[in-house]
Amino acid sequence: MQLRPILSTLRRHKLTATLLTLQVAFTCAIVCNVAFMIANRVQRISVPTGIAENELSVIQSASIEKGGNPLAQHTTDLASLRAIDGVQSAVAVSYSMPLNQDESTHGTCPSKQALDRAMQLNSIKGSGCVEPSVYDGTPGLIGTLGLRLVAGRDFQPDEYVSAGTPAVAIITRALAQHLYPGKQALGQSMYDGDNYIRIVGIVDKLLRPNLRKPGVDGDSMIWPQRPDGSSVLYALRSAPQDRQRVLKAAAATLLKVNPNRLINSHRMQTYMQIRAEYFQRDTTMISLLLASALGLLFVSALGISGLANFWVQQRTRSIGIRRTLGATRGDILRYFQTENFLIVSAGIVLGLLLAVLLNLILMKHYELPRLPLYYLPIGALVLCALGQLAVLSPARRAAVVPPVVATRSV
Amino acid sequence: MLGYYLGMALHSLARNKVLTALMVLAIGLGIGASMTMITVLHVLTDDPLPGRSSQLFTPHLDPLPLNHKQGGDNPDPADNFTWPDAMALLKAQRAARQAAMAGGTLLVRPASAGLRPFKVDGRYATADFFAMFGVPFEHGQGWSAADDAARAHVVVLSGTLDRKLFGNASGIGQAVRLGDHDFRVIGVTADWQPKSMFYADPGAQHYSDADQFFLPLPVAVDLKLSINGHQSSWGKNDDSNNLTGATMTWLQFWVQLDSPAQVQAYRQFLVDYSAQQRALGRFERPPTDAKLYSLMGWLTHENLVPNDVRLQLWLALGFLFVCMVNIAALLLSKFLRRSGEISVRRALGARRRDIFLQLGIESALIGVAGGVLGLVIAQIGLWSVRHRPDDYAQMAQMDMPMLLGTLALAIVASVLAGLLPAWRACRVPPALQLKTL
Repeated sequence: MQLRPILSTLRRHKLTATLLTLQVAFTCAIVCNVAFMIANRVQRISVPTGIAENELSVIQSASIEKGGNPLAQHTTDLASLRAIDGVQSAVAVSYSMPLNQDESTHGTCPSKQALDRAMQLNSIKGSGCVEPSVYDGTPGLIGTLGLRLVAGRDFQPDEYVSAGTPAVAIITRALAQHLYPGKQALGQSMYDGDNYIRIVGIVDKLLRPNLRKPGVDGDSMIWPQRPDGSSVLYALRSAPQDRQRVLKAAAATLLKVNPNRLINSHRMQTYMQIRAEYFQRDTTMISLLLASALGLLFVSALGISGLANFWVQQRTRSIGIRRTLGATRGDILRYFQTENFLIVSAGIVLGLLLAVLLNLILMKHYELPRLPLYYLPIGALVLCALGQLAVLSPARRAAVVPPVVATRSV
Repeated sequence: MLGYYLGMALHSLARNKVLTALMVLAIGLGIGASMTMITVLHVLTDDPLPGRSSQLFTPHLDPLPLNHKQGGDNPDPADNFTWPDAMALLKAQRAARQAAMAGGTLLVRPASAGLRPFKVDGRYATADFFAMFGVPFEHGQGWSAADDAARAHVVVLSGTLDRKLFGNASGIGQAVRLGDHDFRVIGVTADWQPKSMFYADPGAQHYSDADQFFLPLPVAVDLKLSINGHQSSWGKNDDSNNLTGATMTWLQFWVQLDSPAQVQAYRQFLVDYSAQQRALGRFERPPTDAKLYSLMGWLTHENLVPNDVRLQLWLALGFLFVCMVNIAALLLSKFLRRSGEISVRRALGARRRDIFLQLGIESALIGVAGGVLGLVIAQIGLWSVRHRPDDYAQMAQMDMPMLLGTLALAIVASVLAGLLPAWRACRVPPALQLKTL
C-alpha cells in the first residue's frame, strides 16, 4: 500500500483532517478518564460488608415514653419479633449497621505507650492509635449478622454491659492488623485512656457505617453492650424471600407490644435497601458516566463516517479513474481504511497525552487516583476499532464505484 | 436578503437530510447534557433571599485554642458560635438587627385523636429572626425581645404544620405540645422556604428541609430541647458538653447591616470584641481572625455544590465541546463540497461577507433546531435529576431565563462551530473552481 497518495490528499484537506484528529483526540482523552472513573466507582460500590446482606432486614423503633425501662422493653420486643413466622434470629443494636451512616467511633490505642505518644503529638496520626467504629448489640449479634469468627470466641453472657465501656471486645481482622502489625492480636489489651479492653475474638470482615479511605474502612470493633437508649434498631434475619413480609409483621408486632413508639417507614428497610441508599450517588454517577462515554463514542463514529461519506462522494471520479487504471476493489477499500487509520492514529497519539493531562487535573481537583497506564493502550485499541467500523460502510460504497464513472463525466 | 439566505440554507439542509439530522442530534445531545447540569448548578447557587440578601451578614469568631488541630472530615468548630459569644453580640446591638439561632427536632403530640405523634424540624431563634429575614406571616406575629428575656413558652408554626394540627381554623392562642412542654401559638407563617437554607448549620440538609416551627432560643436552652447540627467542643473539663459553656460551638448568628459604613463598623467591632476576649484570656488566636461573611459569600465558603455535580458539569461541557468539533468538521466538508456553487455566486458579484453570512445562517439554523432538541433532552435530564434522592433534587427545574439561555447557548455553540468552516469556504478562489466546473 502506498502512503504517499493518501498523505498528499490529506494535505489538500488539512483543516478537515485536523478537526477530525482533534475530535478523536478529545474523545480518547475523555473516554479514557471516564472509563477509569467508572472502574473506580464500580469498585467502591462492590465492597463487601462482611454480613449476610440479603438475609437481613432492619427496623427502627423510637420510644416516646418518659422514663420506662429500655432494656426490658428491648427484651420483650425481641421475644415477640423472634416469634414472627420466618424470623430466624433477631438482635437489637443502638443505631450502627455497616453503611447506614449512623456511626460512633472510639479512639483506641494498642498500648498505654502509644496513647502517650498520641498525646505528645496532639494527633493520633503516627502514634499507632486508630479510630475504629464501634458496634454494640444484644447477644447473638455475630450469628444474626452472619459474621465469620476467624479466631477466638463469641462473648459470654456475663461479659455484657448496658452502659459504660466493656472489658472485652471482638475486632475485625483489618483492625487487628492496624493495631498490632505483625503480632498476634488475640488476647491483647487495647487502651482508650481510661480502660483496657481485651480482644477475645477476631471476625473476618465488618465494614464501617461510613466509608472513609479504603485502608481504614474495615476498622471496626464489636462491644458486648446492650443498647439502652429509647431509640433502637432491630436486625432481623430471614430467608431473602421473606424479608418484606417479615418487616411488615415486625412493625405491626412492635406497635402491638407497645404503641407508645414511633416507627418511621423510612427506617424500615431490607439491608439491601440500606446498601443501595448508601451508594445511590455512585450508581447515578456510574450511569451518567457510562451514558456520556457511549454518547461521545457514538458522536465520534458519526463524525468519522459522515466525513468519509463526503470524501467518497467527492472523489467518485478519481476512484473511477483509479479503477480504470487497474486498481482492484480491495485497493480502494484499503485506501479509505488506511486514510482513516492515519487520522485516527494521529488523534489517538494526541488523545493519550490529553488523557494523562486531564487525569492530572482531575487528581488535583477531585481526589481521583492516578490513571493506570494500561488504560491508554486499551483506549487506543477501542478508538482504532471504532474508526475502522465507522469507515467500513463508506469505504465499501467507494469500492463498488464502477470504472465506467471515470469515462462518463470527462 | 436575509429571507433569501434562510431559504437557501433550508434548501441546503434538506438536500442532505441524514447529515443534517446527525448534526442536530449531536448539538442537541451536547446542549441537553450541559443545560441539565448548568440548571442544577444554577439552583444550587441561587440567591435564597433576593432583595434582602445583600444586607445579611454572618460574623465568625475563632474561639479555638492555638493547639487545636482540625481533623480532615470533621466540621470546623469555628463555623458556629458558642453561647457566651452569641449572647454578647446579641446584647451589644451593634447591627440594625441580629439573631442567634439553632435547628432542632421535636416530637409533636397532636391533641386530636386521629393523629399519631410525629417529629418535626424547626428552629430556636431570638426575636429579630422574623424581621431580619422578612418571614411572612399568615396570622399573628413573632415574639419580642421581652418574650426572649421572660422565657415565654410561645411558638410560631409554619402554615403547613398549623393546618395539619388545627385544620382550616388557625391555631393562634391554642396550645401545642412539643416534646414534653406546652407552647402557646402566637403566629403562623406563610410558606417560607429559602433555598438554600443558608442560616442552618453547615452540616444540615440545605435544600429539602423547611422549618415547621420557631420558638425562643433561651426557652430551648432552659428546657434542654434537642439540638440538631454539629456541637463541637474542645474543652477538657466537664463544662465542655454544656450548651451554655464557653468551649462548645453550636449556634448560628446573623446580622442585618444596611450600609457599607455599618458593615465596616461591624467588622471593626468583631475585631475589637476578639481582642477584648483575648485580653481576658478566653481567645488565643489573633483578633483579625474574626470574619464577617455576606450571605452569598458565606454560601461560597460553605461550598454547597457537591463535587459530583461539578464533575458532571465538566463532563457535559466536554461532551458539548466534542460535539462542536464534530459539527465543525462536518460543516467544513459540506461547505467545501459546495465550492463550485460558492464560486459561481462570487463570480456573479457576491462579496465574501455575503457568502459568510449565508453559511453562518445555515449553521445558526442547525443551532436553533439543536437548541429545541436540547431543551427536550434537558427536560428529560432534569426529570431524572429530580428522581435522585439528593437533598437538592426537587429544585431541579428550569425557569424562563434558563430556557432562553438554552436556546442562546445552542445557537452560539453552532455558530461558533460554523465560524471556521464558513471562513474557510468564503476564501475559496472562484477562478480555480470555475475552471473545473
